[in-house]
Amino acid sequence: MGRLYNEPSPLEVKIVTRNFGLPNSESIDTYLAHQGYEALKKAIGMSQEQIIDEVKASSLRGRGGAGFPTGMKWGFVPRQLDKPKYIVVNADESEPGTCKDRLLIEFDPHQLIEGILIAALAVGAEKGWIYIRGEYRYLIDIMDKALAEAYAHGFLGKSIAGSQFKFDLYTQTGAGAYECGEESALLESLEGNRGIPRIRPPFPAVSGAFQCPTVLNNVETFCAVPAIIRDGGKAFADLGIPKAGGTRMVCIAGHVNKPGVYEVPLGFPMMKFINEVAGGIPNGRKLKAVIPGGSSCPILRADECDLNMDYDSLAKAKSMLGSGGMVVMDETTDMVKVALRIMRFYQHESCGWCIPCREGTTWLRKMLQRVTDGQGMTRDIDLIGDLAKNMLGRTFCPLGDAAALPTISLVEKFRGEFEAYVAKNPLAKNELVSVG
Amino acid sequence: MTFSPELEKRFADMVTHYPEGRQKAALIPMLMYGQDEVGSISPELMAEVAKRLKIKVIEVEEVLGYYSMLHRKPMGKYHVQVCTNVACMLVGGTELYDHACKKLGLKHLETQHNGHYSLEEVECIGACSWAPAIQVNYTFHHYVTPEKFDSILGECK
Ligand SMILES: Cc1cc2nc3c(=O)[nH]c(=O)nc-3n(C[C@H](O)[C@H](O)[C@H](O)COP(=O)(O)O)c2cc1C
Ligand code: FES
Repeated sequence: MGRLYNEPSPLEVKIVTRNFGLPNSESIDTYLAHQGYEALKKAIGMSQEQIIDEVKASSLRGRGGAGFPTGMKWGFVPRQLDKPKYIVVNADESEPGTCKDRLLIEFDPHQLIEGILIAALAVGAEKGWIYIRGEYRYLIDIMDKALAEAYAHGFLGKSIAGSQFKFDLYTQTGAGAYECGEESALLESLEGNRGIPRIRPPFPAVSGAFQCPTVLNNVETFCAVPAIIRDGGKAFADLGIPKAGGTRMVCIAGHVNKPGVYEVPLGFPMMKFINEVAGGIPNGRKLKAVIPGGSSCPILRADECDLNMDYDSLAKAKSMLGSGGMVVMDETTDMVKVALRIMRFYQHESCGWCIPCREGTTWLRKMLQRVTDGQGMTRDIDLIGDLAKNMLGRTFCPLGDAAALPTISLVEKFRGEFEAYVAKNPLAKNELVSVG
Repeated sequence: MTFSPELEKRFADMVTHYPEGRQKAALIPMLMYGQDEVGSISPELMAEVAKRLKIKVIEVEEVLGYYSMLHRKPMGKYHVQVCTNVACMLVGGTELYDHACKKLGLKHLETQHNGHYSLEEVECIGACSWAPAIQVNYTFHHYVTPEKFDSILGECK
């Protein structure tokens, strides 16, 4: 352990990754030698309101995809309700392009445990589960070892750090299903069922795991909490920009010289990230497009990438910061093939529960396959766009949108490439185009 | 049906992790860890898990049909999983998968007759920044070229 997957960049601001690269960074001894569990001790001396207010002051927003303000989410838990409260950690990490939570668990599992404990104090929770995707078996072993260390050092179990506070924490394995990253499907899976989403409201804060109030956050979200309590919410907020505090891990993949996972402040310029942090595009080629935060995000053309990486700037460009999984494509990339591959994924992963998603992804995949095979018609291109638009907002959970959004953007922004495929079909020449 | 002492201990611990009366929550982990030891989700394993969790076999079936890592039939001793999702695709994942098919003489979800290798084209495995990536059983391999693929197979005795 200790071997990093990529060289750090001097442009990084390391908060959640600050212990990466230390010898035995995953052990509790290393963690304790670097201010580990100090934030927990501080939090034990704070009231629940004070902890939540500190997290609100940090303007931390969820790192799992939707970017919901974390302090506000914790504030929704009805603390007075006479039911047990739970913490659930989303370590399902399956959004294509995303590979950061893996590193947080591999290199610094105690930071995650500490973040979870502070959340538990804030809402009065007594138990928690870390739901880790099945493919990450080696991380379950690392996490189980870290949990055992934390129990042995009195940071889990009864009278934590000598206080009245008690909390139990476990790992839970997934078994291969993207949909189980969606919070309500994850809760179903945790309870031993198929990963099918629940209707909301009620939200997990009110009725989550085992129908009890639950805080459910992404791994990286919890990992930011120790620094927020230790150094103050304001110090964290000041690293980023107004309304989007702190740093976040960005995974960059595809056509760049130095792919990797880097931690940068919110609001970092995207082109600077691609060119200076990730070393630019290889072979002197030109940038064509970027998926900014996982394959569910609408794609950006090269000329749209001159923006800062924060929630509002991406929303203005009609895309999303998503889960931090950035995929860079150079001028040689075939966007029709990209569209097809993305749709194959969503069709495979649709849980089948609601019809617009199950049928929509299936038909979109079939039509995209037909176009790619040179058997498409011009009307297929229009139909792909129309069908995708008609899925928006009509599905039980956001997987339908996740499939539709990139597709709509690909067809709109790279229509010429779809038309070039259609032109390969001899039958398309005689296609009757309806007028009006 | 009995399991190894380690797995028995794991199962015994696991059922204490959930609120009273909600032990069905152990179902998916029991199937995953059970499959690792037994080789597949055999009818016996299903019946045993159902019995221990006091649920019906049909409830196990229901879950089994949903999760892609749970298999009714044994996979090979070495289950080779090649990611072709978008980040891997851009840097040679598709060609790597074609190479794997040829090299192993297998298609998606097929197993060799001698049970040595099986192959699966998988969705994103969380290694996008070190693509193309594969997993052999639970072990990750990054930046895999066809040549590196062959040498990884060389280690699979
Ligand atoms: C189809 C789908 C898949 C998702 N996958 C993940 C995932 O793998 N990891 C994750 O943290 N959030 C994922 N999410 C987002 C979760 O539903 C949820 O918003 C998030 O875990 C909340 O944590 P946060 O507020 O800390 O971001 C997914 C959402 C959808 C709709
Ligand atoms: S796309 Fe292959 S590991 Fe993510």
